[in-house]
Amino acid sequence: MSATTSPPIPLAPVGGVRTGGSAARTFLFVLWRDIFVTGRELIPFLAQVLVEPVFILFVFGKVLGTLGYTAHGFQQVLLPGVVALSSFLVALQNTAFPLIVDFSWTKEIEDRLLSPIPLALVAVEKVVFGAIRGLIGAAVMIPIGFLLLDNVSWPTSSILPLTAVLTLGSVAGATVGLTIGTLTEPRHINIIIAVILTPVMFTGATQFPWFGLSHVRWFQVICTLNPLTYVSEAMRAILLPPGQLRSIPLGIDITALVVSCVLFGLIGIRGFRKQALD
Amino acid sequence: MKTMRATHAVDSAVVVDRLVKIYRNRKQPAVDDLSFSVRPGEVFGLLGPNGAGKSTTLGIMTTRVAPTSGRVLVQGVDVVADPAAAHRVFAVVPQRNNLDRSLTIRQNLVFHAGYHGMGRAERNRLADQSLEWVGLGDRGKARADELSGGQAQRLMIARALMHRPQVLFLDEPATGLDPQARLFIHDRVAELSRNGVTVVITTHDMDEAAKLCDRVGIIDRGRLLALDSPKALTQSLSGSGTLTVSLRTSEATADPSGFGPVGGDDELVGVVRALGKISAVERVEVVEPGTEEAGDDHSADTEPREGASDAERSAGRGRLRIYTAGQPAAALPAVVGALTELHCDIEDVSLGGLSLEDVFIELTGRELR
Repeated sequence: MSATTSPPIPLAPVGGVRTGGSAARTFLFVLWRDIFVTGRELIPFLAQVLVEPVFILFVFGKVLGTLGYTAHGFQQVLLPGVVALSSFLVALQNTAFPLIVDFSWTKEIEDRLLSPIPLALVAVEKVVFGAIRGLIGAAVMIPIGFLLLDNVSWPTSSILPLTAVLTLGSVAGATVGLTIGTLTEPRHINIIIAVILTPVMFTGATQFPWFGLSHVRWFQVICTLNPLTYVSEAMRAILLPPGQLRSIPLGIDITALVVSCVLFGLIGIRGFRKQALD
Repeated sequence: MKTMRATHAVDSAVVVDRLVKIYRNRKQPAVDDLSFSVRPGEVFGLLGPNGAGKSTTLGIMTTRVAPTSGRVLVQGVDVVADPAAAHRVFAVVPQRNNLDRSLTIRQNLVFHAGYHGMGRAERNRLADQSLEWVGLGDRGKARADELSGGQAQRLMIARALMHRPQVLFLDEPATGLDPQARLFIHDRVAELSRNGVTVVITTHDMDEAAKLCDRVGIIDRGRLLALDSPKALTQSLSGSGTLTVSLRTSEATADPSGFGPVGGDDELVGVVRALGKISAVERVEVVEPGTEEAGDDHSADTEPREGASDAERSAGRGRLRIYTAGQPAAALPAVVGALTELHCDIEDVSLGGLSLEDVFIELTGRELR
């Protein structure tokens, strides 16, 4: 122990205390912390992001098609849905699960809760970071989809609206993640995966077009309640010619997603505040 | 806007004003109309038994617990109305390790400084300096989860100082540490105080409080029972010394099996009465065990505490603290004589001056814990 040598006390002289940077600067540094940590665990992150959608694409798009169980053109319906699923679900999981762990076990987040920005901004940072991960998840799925499937083509002109929709979809997923992550008891984490994630995956119009459900009305109604449906449908509205497939119009999709972001964002921030304060 | 940023020297570093905290589903308030203030640059101790409300009070002061009513100002900043501004002027070292395990030891410091808007060159320089100061200069690259309890505590102190807080809160700073680590932390706290940093600690360790603190507030059941310097508090007690006697009463010695219907309590009451009649004795108290256990968090607040061990009582064992008018040694022969007459077995006797512990017991020790 260096007690005997007694190094100088690491404090500024009286009056030298700086007031610190702006809230924006603090916010970006809190975000940078998460990105920095992700950089150190890139391989596990990519594995987590890729395995599930790749299997869905492979089994539904490739295997079933080869066996003749799906019609020609199904791949065109499936890929936009799976990319949408990736953005939404990766963002959701990467917001919810770290929060559950952080608040209940590691308490690592406490140092950021004590940073000089309002509590709500720390919650917003979690959403932004989750959404960034969601976007990365979606972005890596696109080339994989093209490699895996033979009968898909996307117009290059769609890149801008596509990015916008996937960003919105990622934010929507992250806000749902914030809600789940702050309202879930840690001991229920297994139940959440089974009871929430699986239904979200299969009621989000990812493997089928929403209008195709007109014969299964009750299921169509359930799908209407899932924000993911609007990400999938918006993707198809952008990518597929109107004559080829009917999708929920882009305007409705975007409105629904914005409403979902605001609603779950507010509930999530409330939950975050409850977790952070006794 | 209810708050103002303190741009000049404030009269009090911390002001706690009529603070109340009632947790949901609990009838008893954890903090019950608590008011006190801490002077700039002093080391202030919040002393109290487990569940007294000190951790809750600290939680409110450090924006982690929302008060039911009342307010707290730290360096003139209202912590409830403007927590973000308050975070600039104080720092907290929690009881539990909350280091960022995804980062190295040095990164824990650098990132903390970054959250507080410090520039790159400055935060790197200060991180190295701080690591030296807490004796971790050679461990900077290790991961935070590789540290021992004492090292983690030191790192959390270094981290807290990175944004140069004017007020440092320490929650049970030396609980569970070995004597060396404890001493190290005590030295560092004293050094901070000499350099003008206000330090507020919670503790249930009397010696720690007496050694470190300029002033001590004793709280129990969420209320402030006394507030003064450790010296003034001990001087306020009557008497000038103590004799602490551990003994076994006659009936217990007659029935060593301990199964007989022995009225240990009654017996002890008789002994207390007899000793009280000695002229050199001012008063006699039965010392309740279990007032110095480790561990205190706000979840334990307001919960009923364990009483004195029944087994211990029925075995006729007891510990008495005898407050003497003059030197305790002068009263010793009379006390021993009286106890022998009552057929008590004396197991241990210790002589002492009055300590903070006596004040503490005087204030909080009358009820069963």
